[in-house]
Amino acid sequence: MSDADRVRLYRTVRLIRRFEERAIELVRAGHIVGGIHPYLGQEGIAAGVCAALGADDVIAGTHRGHGHVLAKGADPARMLAELCGRASGLNAGRGGSMHAADFGVGVLGANAIVGASGAIVTGAVWARRRRGADTVGVSFFGDGAVNEGMLLEAFNLAALWRVPVLFVCENNGYATTMPVAGAVAGSITGRAAAFGMPATVVDGQDPEAVRAAATAAVARLRAGGGPELIEAATYRFDAHHTFEHQVRLDYRPPDEVARGRSRDPVAIQGARLSTADRAAVDAGVERELAAAVEFALAGPEPDPADALAHLYASGLTARTGGG
Amino acid sequence: MPRLSYRRALTRALADELARDETVFLLGEDIRVGAANVTAGLLKRFGPERVRDTPLSEQAFTSFATGAALAGLRPVVEFQIPSLLFLVFEQIVNHAHKFPLMTGGQCAVPVTYLVPGSGSRTGWAGQHSDHPYSLFAHVGVTTVVPATPADAYGLLVSAVRCDDPVVVFAPAGALDVRADVDFAALAPVPLGRGRVHRPGDDVTVVAVGHLVHDALAVAEELAGEASVEVYDPRTLYPFDWDSLAESVARTRRLVVVDDSNRSCGIAGEVIATMVERVPLVAPPRRVTRPDGAVLPFAPALDRAVQPGRDQLRTAIHHVLKDG
Ligand SMILES: Cc1ncc(C[n+]2csc(CCOP(=O)(O)OP(=O)(O)O)c2C)c(N)n1
Ligand SMILES: [Mg+2]
Repeated sequence: MSDADRVRLYRTVRLIRRFEERAIELVRAGHIVGGIHPYLGQEGIAAGVCAALGADDVIAGTHRGHGHVLAKGADPARMLAELCGRASGLNAGRGGSMHAADFGVGVLGANAIVGASGAIVTGAVWARRRRGADTVGVSFFGDGAVNEGMLLEAFNLAALWRVPVLFVCENNGYATTMPVAGAVAGSITGRAAAFGMPATVVDGQDPEAVRAAATAAVARLRAGGGPELIEAATYRFDAHHTFEHQVRLDYRPPDEVARGRSRDPVAIQGARLSTADRAAVDAGVERELAAAVEFALAGPEPDPADALAHLYASGLTARTGGG
Repeated sequence: MPRLSYRRALTRALADELARDETVFLLGEDIRVGAANVTAGLLKRFGPERVRDTPLSEQAFTSFATGAALAGLRPVVEFQIPSLLFLVFEQIVNHAHKFPLMTGGQCAVPVTYLVPGSGSRTGWAGQHSDHPYSLFAHVGVTTVVPATPADAYGLLVSAVRCDDPVVVFAPAGALDVRADVDFAALAPVPLGRGRVHRPGDDVTVVAVGHLVHDALAVAEELAGEASVEVYDPRTLYPFDWDSLAESVARTRRLVVVDDSNRSCGIAGEVIATMVERVPLVAPPRRVTRPDGAVLPFAPALDRAVQPGRDQLRTAIHHVLKDG
């Protein structure tokens, strides 16, 4: 990997890390209503996978979706404005944390329904290819999604029709409070095997390992291979959702949390840079995020009179609800 | 003039749209062979890329269609059984319908969901005889229920061309209706426009789908004693409230015949809206399936649970007498 790629990868994980930390501050300050599902600890996966993609490729993510949206190239300032519910946000304040989307850079949206993105990405990639594009797609999902029938149906459809989709399972050990061992019969890679899909297990805490696995998989996809699965082993450093900052839930043993947090993708990738490069990236990210926070908080509030703008792409307007 | 059956009108609409617009394609179970006898012959003409048989994975292929629509295609998804819409209600309502608003207008989801043979199929019993169009009107997904071959053609064409998701219910009770049709005059029928099938002065009967034919028969029978206007909304959402209000403002009496279960069925909405808008001289009446109806198997029981001509006659007599 070139030095430039190495630095770029660090920049992405650092950007996501600091974005999430700033977002949590904004949650605490009341600027982000409804809270967020922090991506802290899992940054290496979004960064590594999206580094393997081109501008024409498409992704769809999850409720824990900020990292995917940023890694694919969305503007952090407009993303943060979206989290703050501003008209200047990516979705004009209509989506928020769990639905942030940027079709301009191939982000078909974070998706708050567990297991939902697989079939959507499969259809989008199939359609783009039918129209002559060289697109591949990525569906990100958690370990909780592997028990959703909808996702398993999507595995079958993608494999059957050889649609080049990379299914990326971020196995952080828990679906909310449910440990994988309490939820997953068989294995995650075994589900891929059942549909004849190659599966790779990768250390999700190492951004370069993720990037290498994703790059190899994407090359096979572009060469005409069918879909593949990557299971990235990871650990969520913070709460399932920021509501846990108020209501501490007892489901992860402290020593496990300490062990999980000891392998930090930002530290792992940062150690691969020279001190000077790392400091320069860190300073650049701070500047960008300071501007992003300023942009977000200065953004206009959307007009309640247009609350249902964009409900219908056809231009249909809905009846109002008042008496 | 040549005779056109309702079913062949659907076939013709699909063929015309496939020929006119190369982004249109069909997706469904056994559609290559045309098991529901709507897509018959289309495979030969348009090939397997555009007439695609799916595995039995309704949730995946419904969201696959969403993804394909996000990428610029216009899928038409055929469902073999009306109750399969329950299985994909989540995919239609939570994803296809919500994407444009949630993304702040970044996308459109022009998918048509076609149900040939909705409602009772006589002898197909509980799980094959649902008529869930009111559910889609409730959530605000464009919903059409054509009654005649020309409307079946014209509304299906408009559904395919619409930039929003549209559910097209083709009632089993209408599939064998034939009409004299000037093929050259077949044209798109605008969504959201009702139609007066038979003008009258004394009472407006709103009839949905196949029940239009029952309403016309009853109106004819009663011709000696009352002048019955038969109004066919054709599209249940968005409903053509203005044209119905015009009719009801003239007759000032209203009966609705609707193959929904009674609670929260479209008949209730029609009555509520007309009561809000038009002073009536008699309490309005509705003829529907009973609350919570499950269609029993034996033909006499099946018929007993569906809205019938006797009930409609009685309801008309009530509103004429009460006023
Ligand atoms: C279909 C569905 N079921 C339940 C929920 C509620 N829910 C939101 S996130 C979550 C846990 C998901 O776990 P996982 O897929 O492992 O992702 P993680 O939160 O660990 O990133 C649940 C149960 C949901 N959003 N969608
Ligand atoms: Mg998880």
